[in-house]
Amino acid sequence: MKALTKHREIWLGLAILLLLVIVTARFPRFAQPQNLLTIFNDTSILMMLALGQMVVILTRSIDLSMAANLALTGMIVAMTNAAFPGAPIPLLMAMCVVIGAGLGAFNGVLVWKLSIPPIVVTLGTLTIYRGLVFVISNGAWVNAAQMSPDFINLQRMVFLGLPLLSWFAIVVALLFWLMMTRTPLGRSFYAIGVNPTASVYTGIDVGRTKFMAFTIAGAMAGLCGYLWVSRYVIASTEVASGYELTIIAACVIGGVSIAGGIGTVTGVLLGALFLGVINNALPVINISPFWQMAISGSAILLAVVLNARGEQRKGRIILKKAEAV
Amino acid sequence: MTEPILTLSGISKSFPGVRALNDVSLELYPGEVTALIGENGAGKSTLVKTMTGIYQPDAGEIRVAGKIVTLPTAHSASAVGITAIHQETVLFDEMTVAENIYLGHAPRNRFGMIDWRKMRAEARATLDAMAAGIDPDIKLRELGIAKKHLVAVARALSIDAAVVIMDEPTAALSQKEIEELYVLIELLKQDGKAILFISHKFDEIYRIADRFIVFRDGEQVGKGMIKNTTQSQIVQMMVGRAVDHIFPERTATIGETVLEANGLSHPTEFEDISFAVSKGEILGFYGLVGAGRSEVMQAVFGMTQPSSGSLVLNGQIISPKSAADAVEAGIVYVPEERGKQGVITGEPIFKNVSLPSLRKTSKSGFLRMAEEYALARTYTERLDLRASSLSQDVSTLSGGNQQKVVIAKWLATLPKVIILDEPTKGIDIGSKAAVHQFMSELVAEGLSVIMVSSELPEVLGMSDRIVVMREGRIVDTLENNGLQPETLVRLAAGIAEEQAA
Amino acid sequence: MTDTTATPRRLPNRLDSPFKATVLSWESLLVLVAIAIFILNSLASPYFLNEWSLSDMTFNFTEKALIALAMALLIISGEIDLSVAAIIALASTLMGWALQFGADTPALVAIGIGTGILCGAFNGFLVTGLKLPSIVVTIGTMSLFRGISFIILGDQSFKGYPASFSWFGQGYVYWVISFELVLFLVCAAVYFVLLQRTNFGRRVYAIGNNDVAAEFSGVRVARTKFILFCLTGLMSGMAAVLLTARLGSTRPSIAEGWELEAITMVVLGGVSILGGAGSIVGVVLAALIMGLVTFGLGLLNVPGIVMSIFIGALLIMVIALPILFRMWRQRSSVRSA
Repeated sequence: MKALTKHREIWLGLAILLLLVIVTARFPRFAQPQNLLTIFNDTSILMMLALGQMVVILTRSIDLSMAANLALTGMIVAMTNAAFPGAPIPLLMAMCVVIGAGLGAFNGVLVWKLSIPPIVVTLGTLTIYRGLVFVISNGAWVNAAQMSPDFINLQRMVFLGLPLLSWFAIVVALLFWLMMTRTPLGRSFYAIGVNPTASVYTGIDVGRTKFMAFTIAGAMAGLCGYLWVSRYVIASTEVASGYELTIIAACVIGGVSIAGGIGTVTGVLLGALFLGVINNALPVINISPFWQMAISGSAILLAVVLNARGEQRKGRIILKKAEAV
Repeated sequence: MTEPILTLSGISKSFPGVRALNDVSLELYPGEVTALIGENGAGKSTLVKTMTGIYQPDAGEIRVAGKIVTLPTAHSASAVGITAIHQETVLFDEMTVAENIYLGHAPRNRFGMIDWRKMRAEARATLDAMAAGIDPDIKLRELGIAKKHLVAVARALSIDAAVVIMDEPTAALSQKEIEELYVLIELLKQDGKAILFISHKFDEIYRIADRFIVFRDGEQVGKGMIKNTTQSQIVQMMVGRAVDHIFPERTATIGETVLEANGLSHPTEFEDISFAVSKGEILGFYGLVGAGRSEVMQAVFGMTQPSSGSLVLNGQIISPKSAADAVEAGIVYVPEERGKQGVITGEPIFKNVSLPSLRKTSKSGFLRMAEEYALARTYTERLDLRASSLSQDVSTLSGGNQQKVVIAKWLATLPKVIILDEPTKGIDIGSKAAVHQFMSELVAEGLSVIMVSSELPEVLGMSDRIVVMREGRIVDTLENNGLQPETLVRLAAGIAEEQAA
Repeated sequence: MTDTTATPRRLPNRLDSPFKATVLSWESLLVLVAIAIFILNSLASPYFLNEWSLSDMTFNFTEKALIALAMALLIISGEIDLSVAAIIALASTLMGWALQFGADTPALVAIGIGTGILCGAFNGFLVTGLKLPSIVVTIGTMSLFRGISFIILGDQSFKGYPASFSWFGQGYVYWVISFELVLFLVCAAVYFVLLQRTNFGRRVYAIGNNDVAAEFSGVRVARTKFILFCLTGLMSGMAAVLLTARLGSTRPSIAEGWELEAITMVVLGGVSILGGAGSIVGVVLAALIMGLVTFGLGLLNVPGIVMSIFIGALLIMVIALPILFRMWRQRSSVRSA
């Protein structure tokens, strides 16, 4: 079984390689290291968001409000920067993380204390957060001219050959990996997804753990709020509209089970990269970007079919010959 | 005499409409095994949940080593050193054996991170000390039910608790595994741990317990030292009267074969299952929990598809692909898991009863409520259902009455074969007698009944013939003529005749 | 538990009076809310109480509410379909595409509805045939269906629908009563009967309350769910015909976000998102309330996106308030005990 889980990630990695080979066969420039690094950098935000979403899905929940959270935090930080151009960027980033975590925690409280199904909560907060972007900005945009140069350039600074944005993704991924494999909190995300009843007997507070998951996802959405508006140099009501589904797609393609309890950091990173490679390959091989949506839809369906085949319950193991030792 | 490590006094706990525990007291002593004895529904599991922080008592106090404690969460219970091994192994299928043992108290390194290497090594050491023969690195789902149980025991050992509660730990274990468990319990005793041992089996209570405490209907009715008490004294305390449950007298008039299974097999659950049941016959299926009896029955009922073998009903080969197919053919199934598979909680009694018979009660697809009420009334009254009205939500009924609703639902379809899976598990003595009485009426009317049961008296008291299963296979099929209970137990547990003699 | 001791006796059909149950129901609360918003609207704007205003108001919800009717059954059965708006986009695109080849009005309608049913059947097959969770499946098909529209249309649009086709979205049957409204009322009646008065509806509730026990009771769970997905597709196809006819053009971004509004209507209407409970009357009332709110705020020149805050807050509040109320009552009963 362990081998199969590992296999799933290996297969996904191979699929990405195959994709690269096919595109490179026709357009040799595609596989140049510089282009590959660009793809990684382009996918960094999606990776961080998908890692946040993964934690939520592991606990048998779902967060549809991440993109709206990102848009709201992004608008707040952009307006703050426009109003106080001198405010240090690290401070602004910390503010983003806190605001994002707060918005996520609001979801979490509703799920934890009122036991409202996560899909309903985040469906509601999705529209509320997105509406609030409009309210605070009065429908106006914050554009490049209003943002300070530091605000825009921080993530583009190159360190050891990689832009800081990529480094953010790498550090976040490492932290998630540590959390998911080495901390009791990370293990309890898995535990309550696998068996909520048993988790209670093990002394895990299921509601509180879900709350933590939503808060972590919110913090990621908040951080990415800054990264998104400074990357595309625009903050508006429409930022990342509909992106919540791309985030979920990256998780599902990466092997996260929507039924909870199953999913790894590596898988999610590969799932996001898979989408990133496709997005970068389409213009190169001259396919209209309008194909992108249908392709990611098909990828989700394919992934969920493959995941389900791996997870299919074999029934109880009673016959001795069917038992592993 | 040593001081008790854990003392419960005056514990009461009520749920809407039922008093589960009434002024209960309990003392557990270090290095001793106390057996908790009582019928199903006597309040044993409520007490366990109160001691492990899942339920909060309405009144009473809990003392650990003389100090009053409150146990608001399961975590707080394990923090004061109380741990439980549960009836249904509540562990994590998707996680490794090692993590199942250490989840919640995993060894950490100096950075506060989980130390997997140490965890695996300690898990291996614990499992090896138990001679369990389990690889700590495989996922739990790869294990059979007996080995899962051993993992649960290993978890209790790893917690280093002062009090270990074992809730029917031997129910699913083979004789060899039970012997190994006894050795472990001896180790725990020598270690000075207090053990609360919940069991139905008198032989093992007399084998390992030092003290006993008997519950009936949520109250404590007796306690003492095992060595000063006879088995019949305890039985008397349990049932409140010195009677054996009397099974209905009946003379079986057995007709032609109705249902025949030939060589049914499934990749992981059962193999080469053949049996036949005739008109007017009760065919008993006996075995240990997890022997594959329910799985066979669910295949007969169309819920799972056997990989080979055939079913013949009234001379015609059938292969039900769904429960609906089986019901149409005339085979119905009263499942063991009443709450999950039997009744539709949240719906009223009459809707539960009419669900499989809607085609009869409706007119061209449109509901006729009056017909539904009439149908539900006919069958529930025949079973003497106790409820306030036919619109009462089934989830508010007691286990026994829920079972009557499930049986009424199936009788209304006028079946040929009715399969009852642990029909009296977890229901009160009154309902039990009613179900048994009713089964004998059904066969008298010409139905065929298959009864899966783990209760020896029930199997011996009701069946015409008995099929014994072990580890997914049929061991033997016996005529119920002066059959000794020991014979069945030996066959089910796999102890050879000569070895036992 | 609640068993009483009286031996062989006649069990009454029911104890509570149906009248009392109706008065205390969620639906009665929705009626009060609807009346209150209606009064507020008429106070807030002098243009509201006018037969044409009221008629316009109905266009705000009829198309979404058609989907909500089928979605209600689907959610009661414990499943969900997030792809409904994408089905509209695909159906509308294929209608526009067929128009380029000279398809006439009946053909357009058939294509719109046919596309809807096929898309629903595809969802149904993935969920029931391959046993996949409906949330992910329909998130996938949502991208797939709308993605196909984008592939066909890109940033273009189809225009030039015939007048006879436009009638479906713009025509009036009598006076200010639009075709859309009549169609919606007829469908609401059909769904009411289907859910509350037929064997099929009874099985839908049973599946939603406990699909395992329903399966064990001989209900064909997979088949029933498959039909529900097809019905949801059918209603989405119908909504696509109406919306395309009303707008007179097709863009791939048509009906964006409608899945969330349809689900909000269903939940606001008292359908449990966990399945097993809910009524068509509630959903119809919820649709009316959402139409009234949007229209009223529109009269006050509140932008659409701000309205969505109200809708989102409404969704959370209608679910949270009963829970909070129950918690408060439990706490106060504990204190008094």
